[in-house]
Amino acid sequence: MPGLGASFGRGGATNFLEDLANSDAIVIEGSNMAECHPVGFQWVGEAKARGAKIIHIDPRFTRTSAIADLHVPLRIGTDIAFLGGLINYVLSHDLYFKEYVVAYTNAAALVGEEYVDSEDLDGLFSGFDAENRHYDESSWQYEPDDSPHEGSDQPGEAAEQKRSDQHPDVKKADRAQAAGSGGPPIASKPKRDETLQHPRSVFQILKRHFARYTPEMVSEVCGVEPEVFEQVAKWVTENSNRDRTTAWVYSVGWTQHSVGAQYIRTCAILQTLLGNIGRPGGGIMALRGHASIQGSTDVPTLFNLLPGYLPMPHALQHSTLDEYVADAEGKAGFWGNKRAYMVSLLKAWWGENATAENDFCFDHLPKINGDHSSYRTIADMIQGKVKGYFLVGENPTVGHPNSRMNRFGLANLDWLVVRDLQMIESATFWKEGPEIETGEMSPETIGTEVFFMPAATHVEKEGTFTQTQRVLQWRHKAVEPPNDARSDLWFYFHLGRILRERLAGSTDPRDRPLLDLTWDYPVEGETADPSAQAVLREINGYGPDGLLSTYMDMKDDGSTTGGCWIYCGVYADGVNQADRRKPGKEQGPVASEWGWAWPLNRRMLYNRASADPDGKPWSERKKYVYWDEAAGEWTGLDVPDFEKKKRPDYVPPEGARAQDAIAGVDPFVMQGDGKAWLFAPAGVVDGPLPTHYEPAESVVENGLYKQQANPTLEMIEGPWNRANPARSEVYPFQVTTYRLTEHHTAGGMSRTLPYLAELQPEFFVEVSPELAQLRGLANGEYATLVSARTAVEAKVLVTERVRPIKLGDGTVVHQIGMPYHWAYSGISTGDSANDLLGIVMDPNTHIQESKVSSCDIVPGRRPRGPELLEFVEGFRRRAGVPSGKVGVNGRDPVEADAGEGATY
Amino acid sequence: MTISSASPAFTGRDPEHRLFGPLPDVQAEAGYQEEHPKRVGFFTDTSVCIGCKACEVACKEWNTLPMDDSHGTRDALGLSGMSYDNTGQLGANSWRHVAFIEQSRTVDLPMPTFGRPGDDRQGSGPSPATAGDDVSLANAQQSVLNAEALSEFDPQTGQTGADKQIRWLMSSDVCKHCTHAGCLDVCPTGALFRSEFGTVVVQGDICNGCGYCVAACPYGVIDQRKDDGRVFKCTMCYDRLTDGLMPACATACPTQSIQFGDLDELQERADARLATLKAQGVETARLYGRDENDGVGGDGAFFLLLDEPEVYGLPPDPVVTTRDLPAMWKAAGKAAAMMVGVALTAVLGSRRR
Repeated sequence: MPGLGASFGRGGATNFLEDLANSDAIVIEGSNMAECHPVGFQWVGEAKARGAKIIHIDPRFTRTSAIADLHVPLRIGTDIAFLGGLINYVLSHDLYFKEYVVAYTNAAALVGEEYVDSEDLDGLFSGFDAENRHYDESSWQYEPDDSPHEGSDQPGEAAEQKRSDQHPDVKKADRAQAAGSGGPPIASKPKRDETLQHPRSVFQILKRHFARYTPEMVSEVCGVEPEVFEQVAKWVTENSNRDRTTAWVYSVGWTQHSVGAQYIRTCAILQTLLGNIGRPGGGIMALRGHASIQGSTDVPTLFNLLPGYLPMPHALQHSTLDEYVADAEGKAGFWGNKRAYMVSLLKAWWGENATAENDFCFDHLPKINGDHSSYRTIADMIQGKVKGYFLVGENPTVGHPNSRMNRFGLANLDWLVVRDLQMIESATFWKEGPEIETGEMSPETIGTEVFFMPAATHVEKEGTFTQTQRVLQWRHKAVEPPNDARSDLWFYFHLGRILRERLAGSTDPRDRPLLDLTWDYPVEGETADPSAQAVLREINGYGPDGLLSTYMDMKDDGSTTGGCWIYCGVYADGVNQADRRKPGKEQGPVASEWGWAWPLNRRMLYNRASADPDGKPWSERKKYVYWDEAAGEWTGLDVPDFEKKKRPDYVPPEGARAQDAIAGVDPFVMQGDGKAWLFAPAGVVDGPLPTHYEPAESVVENGLYKQQANPTLEMIEGPWNRANPARSEVYPFQVTTYRLTEHHTAGGMSRTLPYLAELQPEFFVEVSPELAQLRGLANGEYATLVSARTAVEAKVLVTERVRPIKLGDGTVVHQIGMPYHWAYSGISTGDSANDLLGIVMDPNTHIQESKVSSCDIVPGRRPRGPELLEFVEGFRRRAGVPSGKVGVNGRDPVEADAGEGATY
Repeated sequence: MTISSASPAFTGRDPEHRLFGPLPDVQAEAGYQEEHPKRVGFFTDTSVCIGCKACEVACKEWNTLPMDDSHGTRDALGLSGMSYDNTGQLGANSWRHVAFIEQSRTVDLPMPTFGRPGDDRQGSGPSPATAGDDVSLANAQQSVLNAEALSEFDPQTGQTGADKQIRWLMSSDVCKHCTHAGCLDVCPTGALFRSEFGTVVVQGDICNGCGYCVAACPYGVIDQRKDDGRVFKCTMCYDRLTDGLMPACATACPTQSIQFGDLDELQERADARLATLKAQGVETARLYGRDENDGVGGDGAFFLLLDEPEVYGLPPDPVVTTRDLPAMWKAAGKAAAMMVGVALTAVLGSRRR
């Protein structure tokens, strides 16, 4: 979550769900919280019962809107314009929280003279490289403070580092996500103007940047009437001050856009200006989509991250450990201790084999050399660059956008391992996928050997979930898994064990990383399941005296270990802290003794900001964490997210490093300058400030800039991933995908269950009565939706909850809602919504723009077999889109015609 | 303790209100001794329901009910086209049913129009699009806000901020566990009985499938399974109650829309909730099944609704079907006597002839 990471220093929700009950206003935007997070939604209900205003901003009227005080229907993909409008409202009406903004943000920082804003370049920022479609961020930097101890002693080396930073292959490797826990590195602390009047101060830049985001502009771009906009602005600003706080809730309705990270940045700027970060009832609640999605970025499943948001070493940048930590040496904040965290990780993995002499086995780590994200890898499969693939709890042939392309990818592997609860479509595509019927694939020509491994469910194995607010909760095994079903831990442990046995005695240096691993987890029971407790202890880490209790004790000399530094403390005092279940009624509302939250059991991040610069609560009503002068420490309802004994008036001495360089008034301890970033000089690759761009497949022209869409958005080219042209008359409607309460994502856990399947038994799309009339669609009958990828059929649900948006110039934008749970197998079946979507991505996160694309919709069922291909190709021709015809199993049609690629 | 399957009306202990009206102690009326547990019930507050259907699933899981078509075949499944309601109604295999009612009104109109999409769109009838004429289409597309209406936004029911106000009501329906239960009164086998908790429970192993109770229920709740004709309905998780547990639906409800507890406490809570909503300006809020003087003597499972009961598919004035039984027997007796008289007269008359 680089949007939050770059703004505040950590890529996680700033507050916790229960804290929503303390909010005076809650804005849910980019989230259908009641449907997708129904259990957490009870705290919204609690806030409402206490008198809070609930606002839901969403293109559709959903079950969340039904409970809200106000639903604001806005055009899909225009949230930056709406939020930018609120920022402008706050700045132009002087409604920002002045003391907070001056003390805790980088509003006073000066930006260098080379910076040119997107307002002056018609939608581009300075430093744009049109050829590679990325930015050189050097012109976005702060004007450095003159103090002599800052900056590098070796300018030559620093310059070298900088050049490799800008290499396209390094850019593609997505360093933005490394801001998950620890803000992006900055060259030096900035020069400041505490009056905020300097024209190059962040505050003045911000004012100019958003000056054109007026209520009238919001009306034109978003289709939200000025009166409704004013109502939202009024409720939000009236409930954001010393005494009152407003919370913002988002989820994938924001992240799944080609400018997704910038949506979150816009919200971060607004909430920071209003003084709502680090305070009870405030914050930004990033709702994660599944049980342990937060956990899967903390101990990551991402190609470019190591545990604890340490970046994956890059082949062009990091040939030694020294080079790897060079950007952190001598810096303030988190980065100052990067070496200790990294060495502890290497010690956890390679144990005694990791020594100071061999760089603690740093060379055993694979190095990345470009973009290896999920969708890029699928394209690489089709092009024959990937031989094998593990799918664990993932059903890409239903759940990924452009599922057809995903099926082509899997059809070009040598081997595929699928671990799941059910025989999902990603394991049966080779004989039952829709492309068998169209003739694009056939079992005879697919060489992929599929291994299906039945997996244990969450009640059949032990371990932790890390949920949306960073709380680890231990799960016990309730029953043994049936038959051959096994836990993931079992699978990977024994796979590793068998591989090591096969390689035993090898003298090949490439086998050393595997053979040198510590791979000695105790096993339990008849199935020899590894102990999850032992794994959690390894993640927590050890020092010379046993289990560590805090990452502050981690050393860079090899005397400590730790599998994920931010999780250090989960075994504090030798106790599995994640297994604590003291009921809320037996402790305070913060419930610090339920489970364990990273970092160091702090439930609310940056909570030092709940007190004023002197350490006193901003108000009695919003008292949370504050300085106790008598005791000489920070105290309050939560664990302070601050050094407990650091006085509010502490000023770092000359040459201070790491946490010692963070002043007593700096709540954002993970940032290099200790401040919340209104302007991001680093860490977000598509601009230091958010700017409204239209979605890639928008049907509307950008009303603010000549630049139509995000200039740095990522695309994957190929006949299997054709893009609908923007503003195309052939694909005239916007479509958005989403989930329903009744089903689980790609459906593997719900379409197979009778009680869930019957509740939403068929694939359907939601259309407005107006669109139904326009296209002759009937409620309960079939319609066919067409894009440049393919066509899918769905039942039609005509509802006034979906409404056309009328823009300022009179344009009417029709929006179609399309839940994405279905495919051909299970009890409840249907075409896959994701077949319709193409893949364009946010350059920061490589997340696809599945929340908005374009299509046409016509009554009736779609053509079958090869006729479907002709039908879709006809639309492409009319739209001027290149052919989408593919060769055998999705390979290049020309090569396939020439006889290549047909054998495998 | 003896358990009587007979309605209190037939026990003769309450000559004033034999078949209808308030009953202070429904279990005692059914023959339970004084130490019986307090009467329990459900208070379903629809103003906080988010339509997640967790109650439906939890109910089916706990009571091991079959899929709706009772055969579990996939061909039987289909989209209803009625908003997000694919359950349709309470039945032998659906003991909880969440209704979804979509309402909309342009801000100028004082009264909401209601009805589930699809109600008037059966078969090849007019599509909803053609139902709207050009004027309504223009209205829908023209986002002109009536600023006055904005200030009139009902603070509790969810409004959309444009020319049109939209309301999406959700309500989890269930067996009402009536004070005077028609099903219980007419059951000839004793399969239906009043439990010690004051609830009404069917015993599947005793039911003979006669179906009398189906016609006797004023709410249309109790229903026969297609295979052998036996009836099934909510037991308020009788098996869980006897173990000191809450019913499955109330346990699963994430928003406390379904509240379980002692009936008198729930009634107090509901009265307070109604007062709060009224104070917040939600004029349309009302309690349903709370009134002991209604046609069934009040319900063990009652509701807070945000609109007329009919909007939710509930009868506005339910009356226990056996209320008029004595009068009917009296009338029938008179008729019989008259017929006997007529017959006698005829016979005697004919003899005279």
